[in-house]
Amino acid sequence: MRAGTASRLLANAAVWGYAFLILGPTLWVLSNAFKYKIDIITGATFAPVTWSNFEALLFSRQAHFLLNLLNSAIVGVVSTAIVIVCATMAAFTLTWLRVPSWVRWPLLGWALLFHMLPTLTFVGSWYLMYASVGLQGTYLAVILTHVVHNLPVALFLMISFVGALPKDLFEAARMDGCTYGQVFWRIAFPLVRGGMIAATALVFIFSWSDFAIALTLSSTSTMTAPVAIATFAQEYDIRYGEMAAGTILSIIPALGLILVGQSFIVRGLLAGAVK
Amino acid sequence: MTVSRDRDDKARRNRRWIVVSLAPTIVLLVVLTIFPVLNMFGISFFDVKWSGGSPIFSFIGLDNYRRLFAGEVVYWAGVRNTIIFALSAVTSQMVLGFSMALAVRAAGSVGRTLLTGIFLMPIVIPPIVIGTMWRLILGREFGLANILLGLVGIPQVDWLGDPRIALASVIFVDIWHWTPFVFLLMLAGLESLDQEILEASRMDVTSFWQAVRHVIIPMMLPTILITLMFRLILSFKVFDEVYLLTSGGPGTSTEVVNFSIYRTFFAQDQVGYGSAMSVVTLLSITLLIIVGRGVVQRRAAARSSRR
Repeated sequence: MRAGTASRLLANAAVWGYAFLILGPTLWVLSNAFKYKIDIITGATFAPVTWSNFEALLFSRQAHFLLNLLNSAIVGVVSTAIVIVCATMAAFTLTWLRVPSWVRWPLLGWALLFHMLPTLTFVGSWYLMYASVGLQGTYLAVILTHVVHNLPVALFLMISFVGALPKDLFEAARMDGCTYGQVFWRIAFPLVRGGMIAATALVFIFSWSDFAIALTLSSTSTMTAPVAIATFAQEYDIRYGEMAAGTILSIIPALGLILVGQSFIVRGLLAGAVK
Repeated sequence: MTVSRDRDDKARRNRRWIVVSLAPTIVLLVVLTIFPVLNMFGISFFDVKWSGGSPIFSFIGLDNYRRLFAGEVVYWAGVRNTIIFALSAVTSQMVLGFSMALAVRAAGSVGRTLLTGIFLMPIVIPPIVIGTMWRLILGREFGLANILLGLVGIPQVDWLGDPRIALASVIFVDIWHWTPFVFLLMLAGLESLDQEILEASRMDVTSFWQAVRHVIIPMMLPTILITLMFRLILSFKVFDEVYLLTSGGPGTSTEVVNFSIYRTFFAQDQVGYGSAMSVVTLLSITLLIIVGRGVVQRRAAARSSRR
């Protein structure tokens, strides 16, 4: 399919037009973070630049946003670490070792189904569970729920990465007398590191982005950044400037990952979607 | 003697590895997903009152379900809106995403890395931030949309407050949000197609559109069906954007199932009734997933047997 100059131009106009539709509104909103409230309200496109929104958001007396960002980071890092360790071990065993089928199929089937079911149908039940054991509102509640929420997608990602390793390697290692555990730590683990990075990036983004779980299971002291941003919008006098400033601060990890690991994210997204 | 003891020892360690490597995943899934479902099913037969922070349960049999199927209005408005939302948003995303991928595949594009980076943005930015952004853009008085309309002399539109267009606005935001994802998947699919078959088919087809209709779409069908299924299921999860954009309003015009469940549980404290709602939603979507996967797999099987 070789195309002429005209259709080349049209195709580029279409995709770059869409890219502009993504960038334009995003930049407009983000620019509000650097404007005074009066300029936002009057819709001034070019206005004096100010850092006052960031100062109010981060350092004013009633500000909690630094704490919210810290909470997001704690929950994201801890839950991602647990997810990746569990998923990588399980993926290796499910892919290369003999697991009884009454364990294998219910596990994979339920993981897939749970991954597809709306999170909101579970939050009520989680809330009651944590409340009855006194964990409601703690880091542990939010972290554990993030772990189980992201475990299926990490499991399927890691199965696709572990499954792509050459089979001969494992057989050779077993001939040499390695136990399963040694095969995993010495052979599979170093080889699948690229896949683990892709899964880590994706799972961290999911955890960082989560709203529904953090909204229902966190308390004032464990509240994450997305929940905090939502509360700005719920107040009677919406603080547009601080909302935009919070938005900028909370998309930094996502943008950083795009800049550093674009190929990893694309790889992870594609592998995760075809399951 | 020592050899066989070594072997026993090794077999035991191998069995232990299998248990140890699977246990965390299984325990987490059982305790935090299977148990909550069973618990929810049980609670759906109770009326739950809160007294001093602890729940008091009284058994009421099927009353919660009877109420849901006979007397409920908001939840069913949510079901209707969720279906409209899912079908129209996903259809638009598929058509737009596939067309753009086809155009880029056929004609090439400049700045692929930058383009991919920009298209990844809506996918990795937290959904609540997307909701915030569009709330600012679609705001009635000083949103970008109305500012731009004002420049060409069109009067202000209340994008999120007018019951006739609020749902359309939410659908628009979702199309904006997820078309890039479909585009990236479709482009990857198109790039992995067998080049020899594509070249050979050039002899038989006369136009680009014929090639698309008779060669590319049939070859892409598995990818298309899987993406469609994936997006459809994700769109039934919609919550974050609606929470921030409209909270289901005005009236019930943008109410979605997930929001009804949230409100029943957390704003109205009707735990038993909320559980019944969750159970009904869970079972319906499970059924949908099983039927959907069946169709996808039958289509895939039919295709491979025809070859």
